[in-house]
Amino acid sequence: MTAAQEHLDPALRVEALASLLTERGLIDPATVETFIKTYEQSVGPMNGAKVVARAWADPDYRARLLADGTAAIAELGFKGPQGEHIVVLENTPAVHNVVVCTLCSCYPWPVLGLPPSWYKDPSYRSRVVREPRAVLAEFGLELADDVAVKVFDSSSEVRYMVLPERPAGTEGMSEEELAALVTRDAMVGVAAVGAP
Amino acid sequence: MDGIHDMGGMQGFGHTRALDAGPPFAAHWEGQAFALGLLAIRASGANLHAFRHAIERVPAARYLTGYYARWLMGAQNLLRDSGVVSDEEVTARAARLSGQDAAEPARPELRKPDMPSGGPGNLRSLDSPPAFAVGDAVRTRDLHPSGHTRLPRYVRRRAGTVAAIQPAQVFPDSAAHFRGEDPQHVYSVEFASAELWGAGCEPFTLSIDLFEPYLEPAT
Repeated sequence: MTAAQEHLDPALRVEALASLLTERGLIDPATVETFIKTYEQSVGPMNGAKVVARAWADPDYRARLLADGTAAIAELGFKGPQGEHIVVLENTPAVHNVVVCTLCSCYPWPVLGLPPSWYKDPSYRSRVVREPRAVLAEFGLELADDVAVKVFDSSSEVRYMVLPERPAGTEGMSEEELAALVTRDAMVGVAAVGAP
Repeated sequence: MDGIHDMGGMQGFGHTRALDAGPPFAAHWEGQAFALGLLAIRASGANLHAFRHAIERVPAARYLTGYYARWLMGAQNLLRDSGVVSDEEVTARAARLSGQDAAEPARPELRKPDMPSGGPGNLRSLDSPPAFAVGDAVRTRDLHPSGHTRLPRYVRRRAGTVAAIQPAQVFPDSAAHFRGEDPQHVYSVEFASAELWGAGCEPFTLSIDLFEPYLEPAT
């Protein structure tokens, strides 16, 4: 690309490319809008929250989820691009897991949707593999010194999702109520799930 | 390639951004760019690995202008390389869409790659057994390819331990350049933080998924 091409405004670049590809019959504008709607409305962290809530409520499901994440997640109907092989990491009082992709921004789309800005930002990608405790503290998560930190860099097609600890005071809550507590940030490992 | 995308451990990017629950696309063009990137893979006869490499090839200063901006420039790289849409056509069309007069350049000649696919997705089964077992001590090789690789700089020439064997997968270093799928065993390798960042760094464990050709036995 020449310098002028490099500096094309992205909104204009997308219009130009879409117009050329549509004219050539290579894309259908309706398909583009379907992709957008899918990730705006149907595929997002609400899916992962259901997985976490089921794991908290059902010990057998939890065991299946930790043994074969992809299959257990598919039981709830969640699969698709960027979810070929999903490994679920269990956070405990002794071990805190956190996920990154330093080389691009790989992320488990079927359960968490598309990655948020902070996950794609160079500050997170560069720092969490070098000073994870400092990064987590910046996000407001202070870990005790005796908690072991494990950072997972998603460098192959394996995708990682964190199973956060179930907060106290949630005994007797329904799966639906539990799912409403679970945040995207907790399923990446940069936050804990707060008590209700 | 040792590009700007290989960010693990770099310093100078500042404070993390705020956790927020904003929509997936901050503007409509970002959603269009997202869809177009995925559709460009098919339209150009490429694959996911070639697309990642196309994004890595975005000039460093432009790479840093934002995720969907670089995603879109990556899509354009794929389309240009395959002769589907030339850069000149994009420039001319952008000018016309902005109300300027611009002649439409001639269409480029198609030169799509034709790498055979072993099926959908990237997981493959291999007849050969994995070279390493869980618990094995391994060292990452001193590799510096100018093309695509999933061996980041910050774990090269480092000693770690195989923690898990993952499903075998299409080898990105080969597929990104349409040299064939060349599937490989993949290992989750754990490194102690001091092996990566020296004495005095935070204590933690780093786990990363590495393809067999990146590894050798640690001696």
